[in-house]
Amino acid sequence: MRGTTKRTYSYWFYAPAGVVYGIFFILPTVISFYFAFTRWDLFESHWIGLDNFRQFFSEQSLRSSLRNTLVYAVTTSGLKVVLGMMLAVLLTSSIRLKAILRALTFFPVLVSTVAVGITFSVLLQPDFGIINTVLAKVGITGPDWLGNPTTALLSVAAVDVWKGVGLATVIYIAGILSIPRDYYEAVEMDGGGGWTQFRNVTLPLARPATFTVILLSFIGGLRSFDLIWTMTGGGPGFASDTIASVIYKQYQAGFYGLSTAGNVVLFVLVSIIIFPLSRYFNSREVDL
Amino acid sequence: MKLKRYRFAVAALAGSALFGLTACGGGSSAGTGAGSASSAGSAASKTEITLLVDNGEGSVKAANAEIAAFQKANPDITVKLSTRPGGGDGDNLVKTKLSTGVMEDVFWYNSGSLLQALAPEKSLVDLTGDAAIKDVDPSFLPAVTQGGKVYGAPWGTAFGGGILYNKDVYSKLGLTVPKSWAEFEANSEKIKAAGIDPVIQTYKDTWTSQLLVLGDFYNVSKANPNWATDYTANKVKYATDAAALRGFEKLAEVKAKGWVNRSSGSMTFDQGMKYLAAGKGAQYPMLTTVISNLPPADAAKIGFFGLPGDDAASSGATLWTPGGQYIPKTSKHIDAAKKFVAFVASPAGAEAFTSAVPPTGPYLIKGATLPVDALPVAKDMQAYIDAGNISPALEFLSPVKGPALEQICVAVGSGQTSAKDGAAQYDADVTKQAKQLGLAGW
Repeated sequence: MRGTTKRTYSYWFYAPAGVVYGIFFILPTVISFYFAFTRWDLFESHWIGLDNFRQFFSEQSLRSSLRNTLVYAVTTSGLKVVLGMMLAVLLTSSIRLKAILRALTFFPVLVSTVAVGITFSVLLQPDFGIINTVLAKVGITGPDWLGNPTTALLSVAAVDVWKGVGLATVIYIAGILSIPRDYYEAVEMDGGGGWTQFRNVTLPLARPATFTVILLSFIGGLRSFDLIWTMTGGGPGFASDTIASVIYKQYQAGFYGLSTAGNVVLFVLVSIIIFPLSRYFNSREVDL
Repeated sequence: MKLKRYRFAVAALAGSALFGLTACGGGSSAGTGAGSASSAGSAASKTEITLLVDNGEGSVKAANAEIAAFQKANPDITVKLSTRPGGGDGDNLVKTKLSTGVMEDVFWYNSGSLLQALAPEKSLVDLTGDAAIKDVDPSFLPAVTQGGKVYGAPWGTAFGGGILYNKDVYSKLGLTVPKSWAEFEANSEKIKAAGIDPVIQTYKDTWTSQLLVLGDFYNVSKANPNWATDYTANKVKYATDAAALRGFEKLAEVKAKGWVNRSSGSMTFDQGMKYLAAGKGAQYPMLTTVISNLPPADAAKIGFFGLPGDDAASSGATLWTPGGQYIPKTSKHIDAAKKFVAFVASPAGAEAFTSAVPPTGPYLIKGATLPVDALPVAKDMQAYIDAGNISPALEFLSPVKGPALEQICVAVGSGQTSAKDGAAQYDADVTKQAKQLGLAGW
C-alpha cells in the first residue's frame, strides 16, 4: 500500500505508449523470429528450418560486409568522439559568436539523411563535383570518391561524421558545463595551464558524456543504412556493403524469409556488442 | 481512493481520445470513397481506372500519350497515371503493392523472368484468349506466359541490347561496325589513340552494368541452341561454360585494357548518355530503348550493333521483348482495365506511342508499323530481325535470374573480381534465387 501511495500517477498513463510500442515494436520483433525460419514469398510461407541462416552465412558478400560494418562503426564513432570533444571545448570557452557557432555545428543533424546523401553524391562527383573542382584548382587530381572501391566506404563515413558530429558536440557541451568550476580553479591555483585543465579535469569528468557518445554513435554505425544506400548503394560492386544493405537487397529481391533471418542475426550481433559495452560503461561512471 | 478513480477516468479519457482519432481517420476515408462513388453515378457512370508505370522519361511520355488517345476513344473512362521508381526499388514496390492488394488497375512492368517472381497465377488476371490480346503478335506471348496461361499484353516496342555507338566518331575515325570481338578490340584501340574513351560504363546506376553479359546471349545461344533450357534445368553454369563465360570476360577486358571512362564508378546513366552523344565516349553497352530519352538531334547520331562474338560469320543481336501491361486480381474495374490494355496493344495504341516517343525497335502488335523516319537504332535493329540473326535475351527464355547480377558485374567491370570468380558468384546467386522460388531440380 505504501508503494502505491508514494506514486503520484497511475500506471494507466503508460497504457497508450505501451500499446503503440507493443503493436509496432514488440509484436513484429517476436513474429520475425518465426518468419526467419520460413521460405516466405508474396503470399505464403513454408517452414524450412535453419536453411535461411545457412544461406545467409554462406552469402559471398557477408564477410566483407561484416568487416565494412565494423570499420564504419569504429571510424565514425571514433571521429565523432574526438571531433565532438574538440568542438565542445572550443564552444564552451569564451569565444565570440558562441551561440551562432553552436547552432551551426548542430545544423547538419537536423537535415534529412537522404538529402545529405544525395547532396554529397553530387559534391563528390569526380568530373564536375565542387570538391574535385576545388582540388583541381590547387593542382590535386581528386579520386573518384564514391566510385572507387578503396575510397567509397571511407567517403561515406566522412559524410556520416559531418552529419552526426553536432549531436556528439551537444552531448559534450552539456557534459562539460556540468563540471563544477571549482576543479578548474583548483588547477589554476596549483599553477596548471590549459592543457592540464583539459587532461586532468575535463577529460575524466566528461567521461559520462564520452560513454554516451560512443554508445549512441556505435549503435548508429552498426545499423547504418540510409546514408550508405543513397550514396553508394553498397557499391561499387560490394565494396561498401554493410550488413544492413545486404539485408535490404535480400528483401528487395523478394527473399522475405531470408532477409528476416538476416535481421535476426543483426539484432543478435548488435546486442552481443552493445550490452557488455553498456554494462562496462555504467560500472565506470563516476559521481561528480 | 476517490482520487485514484478520478485518475483512471482521465487516463481512460485520454485512451479513448486516441482510439477516437483513429476511428475518425477510418470514417473520413470511407466518406470520401462513398463520395466519389456517388459523384461517379451522377456523371453518366464515368469509370476511373488507375495506371502505374515507371518514372523513366520515355515511359511517362508514352503513358500520357496512350491515356490521351484512349480517353478520346472511350469518353466514359478516365485513366489516372501514377509512377514508381525503376530498378530494384521499383520491383520492391510492385511486389509490396500486389501482396497488400493496393495495386493500380493496370500496371506496366517487365515481361520475362521478373514477371515470374510476381506469382502471376495468384496475383494477376488471366488474359488467355481474351479480346485484350487479340492484336498481340504471338512472338510476344512466351514472355508473359506461365503454366500455359497468358497474363499480359505488350506496351511500346521490342528493343535490342548490345552496343550503342556514336556514328560521328566512327565516321571521323573511318571505322566500320565490328562483326567480331577482334574487330571490336581493334576499333577500341583506334578510338583510344584518338583521345576518346572507347567504352562508357555508368556504375552509379548499377543496372547499366549488365549489358556486356546479358547482351552476349545471342552468341551463347549460337554456340548451344538449348542453353536456356539446360540452364533452367540446372545443367549448365556461367562459370563452367566457355561460351557463357565470354560475357564476363568481355566485361573484365574493357576495364583491364583501359578503355573505360575514368569516372565510370560514379557516372549515372543519364550522364553516360550525354557523354556518348557528345562524342566524349564512343561505345556504350546499353539497350536501344534508352535512345528515346535523348533530344532528336542527338538520337540521330547514335547507331546500334549487337555485341560481337568470336566468329564474324555469325554476328547477330540479342532482343528484349517489350514490357508487359498487367491487371491485378484485386482490381475493381477489370473490364475497363481490359479495354485500356487492349487499346495500348493495338495499332492505334502503337500510333499514339510513336507520336510521343520515337520507337527504338519493332512493335510486337499485328498491323503496327515503324514510321519511315525511324531513328538509326530502330533501323539497325530491324536489319538484324529481317536477317533472322537474333535471339531473345535469356530472361525471356528462362525464369532463372539472380538478383545480384548488377553488383557482380560492377565488381568485375571495375576490376575488383576476376571474370571467372564473378561468373561463379553469379551461379551461386542464381541457385539462391531458384531455391527461394522453390523451383524443381535446384
